[in-house]
Amino acid sequence: MVRVEFLGPIQKKPLELDISNLNELAKILQEDKEMQPWLENSAVAVNDTLVSSRDVALKDGDRVALLPPVCGG
Amino acid sequence: MLYLYDGPLNVPTILKEWYEQEAKSNYGAYIPFVGTVRSEDNIDGLSFDIYEPILRSWFEAWKQKAKAKGAVIKMAHSRGDVMLHESSYIAAVFSPKRRVALEFIDEFVEDFKASAPIWKYDLKNGKRIYALERSTAIKGSGLLS
Repeated sequence: MVRVEFLGPIQKKPLELDISNLNELAKILQEDKEMQPWLENSAVAVNDTLVSSRDVALKDGDRVALLPPVCGG
Repeated sequence: MLYLYDGPLNVPTILKEWYEQEAKSNYGAYIPFVGTVRSEDNIDGLSFDIYEPILRSWFEAWKQKAKAKGAVIKMAHSRGDVMLHESSYIAAVFSPKRRVALEFIDEFVEDFKASAPIWKYDLKNGKRIYALERSTAIKGSGLLS
């Protein structure tokens, strides 16, 4: 299973999903109305490294995080 | 070094500690930037969430950039609530000469604002409200949309 976490202000509990790539995750999250505004402005990290392409294979035990817009300081 | 604290930063103590850490390192310049919570829009304060694993790797990359210029970067940030006129953020650069430190602190703070995984909330009338309008989408956002 792949664990998907929603960081900062996204009020959503982590998901445990049987997926093998980010395209499958995109499809699942796009069907969730509450997630739609966040998908446009969130970055994606796989195992704590930011990724710039959906072309990333996922395996059992991987962690995906969604990072909405930031404002430190 | 990266230092995270629960609640407001003790600015005089942190600046003094950092000064003392590098007092004998032969740096000619110490340029600190201190971020303090201002009174605006009737807020009572600010609150912060931090995602530490990615913050640490982001900071590590800046530490290496500083090293390549013969400089040292230090940063402190608050978690949780920080009220008006308290401070939530300190960044400082030490370098042999002032020009490197002045330029580096500017680049560092700009990238910090755009990339560091920290989320800000306004504290207003007992509520914690995400400061979306003042936030910046991290480069590459929208990958799943």
